[in-house]
Amino acid sequence: MRIRRFLRLLPVVPSVLLLLVFLMAPVAWSFYASFTDAALSGKAARDPQWVGADNYVRMFSDDSFPLAAWLTVVFVAASAVLGQNVLGLLIALLMTRSRRAVASWVGTAVVAAWVLPEIVAAFAAYAYFNRDGTLNQVLGAFGSAGPDWLYSFPLVAIVLANTWRGTAFSMLVYRAALADVPRDVTEAALMDGARGWQRLAFITLPLIRSSIATNLMLITLQTLAVFTLIWVMTAGGPANASTTLPVLAYQEAFKFGDIGYGTAVASVLILLGMVFGAVYVRLLREQKS
Amino acid sequence: MIGSGLRARFRTESSTTGGSSRSTARLGADIALAVIGVCFVAPLLWLLLASVDPQAGYQTKVPAAPSTENFRAVMTPELLFQPLANSFLLSAGTAVVNVLAAVLAAYPLSRYQSRFNKPFMYTVLFGTSLPVTAIMVPVYGLFVQLQFLDSMAATIFFMATTTLPMAIWMTKNFMDSVPLELEEAAWVDGASTLATLRSIVLPLMRQGLGVVFIFVFIQAWGNFFVPFILLLSTGKQPAAVSIFSFFGQHGAIAYGQLAAFSILYSVPVLVLYALVSRGMGNSFALSGAMKG
Repeated sequence: MRIRRFLRLLPVVPSVLLLLVFLMAPVAWSFYASFTDAALSGKAARDPQWVGADNYVRMFSDDSFPLAAWLTVVFVAASAVLGQNVLGLLIALLMTRSRRAVASWVGTAVVAAWVLPEIVAAFAAYAYFNRDGTLNQVLGAFGSAGPDWLYSFPLVAIVLANTWRGTAFSMLVYRAALADVPRDVTEAALMDGARGWQRLAFITLPLIRSSIATNLMLITLQTLAVFTLIWVMTAGGPANASTTLPVLAYQEAFKFGDIGYGTAVASVLILLGMVFGAVYVRLLREQKS
Repeated sequence: MIGSGLRARFRTESSTTGGSSRSTARLGADIALAVIGVCFVAPLLWLLLASVDPQAGYQTKVPAAPSTENFRAVMTPELLFQPLANSFLLSAGTAVVNVLAAVLAAYPLSRYQSRFNKPFMYTVLFGTSLPVTAIMVPVYGLFVQLQFLDSMAATIFFMATTTLPMAIWMTKNFMDSVPLELEEAAWVDGASTLATLRSIVLPLMRQGLGVVFIFVFIQAWGNFFVPFILLLSTGKQPAAVSIFSFFGQHGAIAYGQLAAFSILYSVPVLVLYALVSRGMGNSFALSGAMKG
């Protein structure tokens, strides 16, 4: 009986093996290598030495890590929590009132930026924010000379670009959530003379709060991992002005060849992801029960 | 009868009194949405205009002499077809591995009650939240140790693993919606588990499997960072990475060709997305019809 029950689970084995070899092993290796002086080439590449917490000590004595951590927080807060989340909700709300044709046209435009391959979206954003790019052409048409966005305001440029790229996800989540809000509840409130913003704040938002929580977790996780967009637009520069944690980990490991320090930065990111992931799983469990 | 008539009259009255304010609200929403839509399209305009402009730069302008020159220039075996073939191999391989592994894993999770199911599904869900860009540095280290670097097969398996948690989660949900009774009838007739899986469960959830396949395919097709780190020889690189060949050695960028290439490379995922979103609409409609 016990053997039979075990045999039934046999088909799960390929998935478990894949997850162990290609997901768990790299995570474990990341934590291990972050305590060594592993390098991309040279003697330390063949025979890495245990260096204890040196890499982590360096992280907090160095200027680049605290700056990158701060930039990551700003990037996530501004482009995901504020940008994508609020804009996505706004678009979904407007769509419930607008003409169907307008809603479907705008929906397509928003989704297009999200479905495009990330490298193509990154190039489009790069051209858009370039000194002679579309944004400055538009500003020029209104008589003001725009700055060199990618050089003078790199963080603003990547925040706007990531908002543009990712809003579609929040929009889709909120469209589905709003479609489930029963009509008679909002109509009853309308009869009671509730104004638009009152209905939104006291009825609609509380009704979709679980979607808001799930959406915030997911877009935070996605935005934490953004690399290509930043790397193509600014490569983390000028100096370190737009180097978020994934860009820093990449630069340390592959540009400066310091795998040990690169994996230390990566390990911090993985831990952050795990914390958010645990909260996300908890949220979903509570919703189910 | 009377009640519904009353309600209908009430409804028409309320809509006439609220009519004018409602239509101004609608106009306002239309205008606000249109402004947002224009902002979202603006960055893509450059891509479209530059692709037909042989003298394209960063600027968005209507080409002086539009032509298909850029498209003809990039449509060569080494510039376009080889990278696209590599992209296809990577994405299709990733999607096949995903669907196979996910169907196998989902079957016992969906069909047998076990103490193991819930913790496993939540661990899988937790796995979806690991930031993939963060594990690229350790994965590179691992690939060096195992001598997997520049191997198409190893890259496929790695990419498949990054989307596998999502694929298992989706496949299990699709499989849960296939009623157990049909299978039980087949079991009574003496069919084996594998036979019922193949002849009853999979055909009934083929639309769901299509969604999983396309979902994984789109993700793999658009992935830049993973092949950029793991595939070194130009002969194996997918379009996402080979696109850098339009950046000349000395900073001269062939903008028009870059734009044309970007469009040709993006078309497949745009088509697949359109297919899937329409298909999902249909399957929602289908489930609605079943309920009713």
